[in-house]
Amino acid sequence: MRGTQLGRPPRVLVTKIGFDGHDRGSRIVAAFLRDAGMEVIYTGPWQKIPAVVQMALEEDVDVVGVSSLATDHLIVPKLVTAMREAELGHVAVIVGGIVPEDEEAGLLEAGVARIFHPGVPREEIIRTVLDLTVQARAALDAA
Amino acid sequence: MSQKPVQLPLPGFEAARADWRAQYEAQMGADRTVRNRSGIEVKPLYTPDDWSSARYMDDLGFPGQPPMTRGIYPTMHRGRTWSQRQLIGFGTPEDFNGRFLKLLDAGATAGSLIPCNSVFRGYDCDEVDEELLGTCGTVINSVDHMATALRDVPLDRISMAMNDPVPFTLLAFMLGVAQRRGIPWQKITGTSNQSDYISHFIANHMFFRIALPGSRRVLVDHVAFCQEKVPGWNPVSVVGQHMQQGGAAPAEAMALTLCTAIQYVQDCVDRGMDPDKFLPRFTFFFDISVSFFEEVAKFRAGRRLWQRIVRERFGAEDPKAWRFKFHGQTSGVDLTRQQPLNNIARVTVQAMAGIFGGLQSLHTDSYDEVLSVPTERAARIAVATQNILKEESHLTDVIDPLGGSFYVEAMTDAMEERIAAIIEQIDKAGGMFAAAQAGIPQTYCGDSGLAFQEKVETGEETIVGVNKYLSEDEEDVDVQPLERPDPAVMGAHIKDFQAWKAARDQGAVQAALDALARAATSEPAGLETNTFGKLVEAAIAGATHGEICHTLRRELGFGDPLVMP
Repeated sequence: MRGTQLGRPPRVLVTKIGFDGHDRGSRIVAAFLRDAGMEVIYTGPWQKIPAVVQMALEEDVDVVGVSSLATDHLIVPKLVTAMREAELGHVAVIVGGIVPEDEEAGLLEAGVARIFHPGVPREEIIRTVLDLTVQARAALDAA
Repeated sequence: MSQKPVQLPLPGFEAARADWRAQYEAQMGADRTVRNRSGIEVKPLYTPDDWSSARYMDDLGFPGQPPMTRGIYPTMHRGRTWSQRQLIGFGTPEDFNGRFLKLLDAGATAGSLIPCNSVFRGYDCDEVDEELLGTCGTVINSVDHMATALRDVPLDRISMAMNDPVPFTLLAFMLGVAQRRGIPWQKITGTSNQSDYISHFIANHMFFRIALPGSRRVLVDHVAFCQEKVPGWNPVSVVGQHMQQGGAAPAEAMALTLCTAIQYVQDCVDRGMDPDKFLPRFTFFFDISVSFFEEVAKFRAGRRLWQRIVRERFGAEDPKAWRFKFHGQTSGVDLTRQQPLNNIARVTVQAMAGIFGGLQSLHTDSYDEVLSVPTERAARIAVATQNILKEESHLTDVIDPLGGSFYVEAMTDAMEERIAAIIEQIDKAGGMFAAAQAGIPQTYCGDSGLAFQEKVETGEETIVGVNKYLSEDEEDVDVQPLERPDPAVMGAHIKDFQAWKAARDQGAVQAALDALARAATSEPAGLETNTFGKLVEAAIAGATHGEICHTLRRELGFGDPLVMP
């Protein structure tokens, strides 16, 4: 896989913030990213935003994937802001799950790199995470 | 259980079958093995070789009689159709009240209250991210809030399902409202719809508030309190839905649900309670997937097993205690974001599987649930779907209409065998409480969920609009503008709540919370140490949802799921 071109495999934090605990989606995505050779840190649900930022920092991740089923995507902009404040602006934040169409633009404007809706093939998610890892590392090198 | 096929005296059967098989094989070529979601092989044809009415009395019997396969009541849907129980919950208590009264006008015969996720997690509205308030359910934190939500609702005539996990504050608030209105608690009917803390620990962590041992204590207290004070209330709803939505295959979900129910019955028996008294108030809640015949067989097998379990393991003698009463909800997991109007067809098939499975109460999902919290138009179509199935399609004319089908009976047997094998495994692991702590059911959910996803990706399982019949034309997607709570209205709701809190009799609230804490740390011994009874008193004294949950978490521990990636 292209991860080998990266020198070391992508490191991805898969998490859920807010109140909801439906974790089937996040568990499946975490499992197939790991199967694709990535290093996955899986947190389980209900993470507080400062805790996610702290983990992203300590684990030196390239991408943070937030799974949302029941409107927790509404506080993802707060996570993006908190990451920028912690000088983690190069780390891509992606969201997967139930995101209503008319709220997508708001998330992208807030700095979310990509939104995945149900039914997306896993290859597309894997490819996107690889691309975002390349970008994240380039941005870090440039900084 | 599966038995040897009976001797077939049918003249010409063998020769005709051999002839059919030869023709079938010639036309099919290399036939593929078909398996249902539970992994059970499905043959192309079922005959009296698979099931014969010679086994009628052992396997089926009559409705309302053991082994209950054909239904728990003599009249089933011909006598009384199922309750239409649509989940509603959105915004403030005022918003809930408006929508609930409309649904009652539209023909709903029972209510279901979904609180905000902040409530599910055990917090009040003034201690969480405001952006999330009321987006998935109603923000109800006190008896006052509940009084608004249920204004003009005839509490003594409408059966309410409270989506109310341990420690059951919503029921406490409703009892407070009934007391204010002078309605005796004996007249309150309904169900604590999210009482199954084990399923929350395993698969739907959203509802999991208090650590496992504490949840176990409060649930048994709740059953004991309701038996004495609110006898028309169903204090336990064992939730198979969470396991199936969490990935478990239908047979696995049924098995794990029965194991959970066995655990709760055992815990009540250990407290000295009589199964013939509390079992008639046990209920179940299941997911209904679109795998039609598998779901019908799942429900019939589960019903047959349950009556055997309560009679053989627990010695229940009252036929009312043998009834496997269940609510079904069409599965949201099967709904697709692509071509969302197709979901109306899926919901119809799912609902029919539940009806033929013999359910007592039904929620049909709105087609737009995969896009957002249901809009009013979509919710109306979901109710209309039920009305069409109930009154227009003649589905309810005959009791257990699929009974006696060679396929349905053979599949019911096969599902029962698979379910019984898993129950045996959990028994060996020390019962469901221990198995959940060891992660056994979580593994079922994780493995089967992933396996299904892989079948969708390879195309082995077809999902229209997702892996087949994709539409290039995204005009198909008919999305209504999203309804989110008005931030100004929600802001005012929080301000009112804080002002109300400041004006309460703080001494009375604190004394009631202290009494609750004392009960939680005492050995269970009657109503004096009943945690649920004490929290009803606290709610009536003005304690809020968050205060009650925090008190119990302090004494009994915080609920954290077992994280299994």
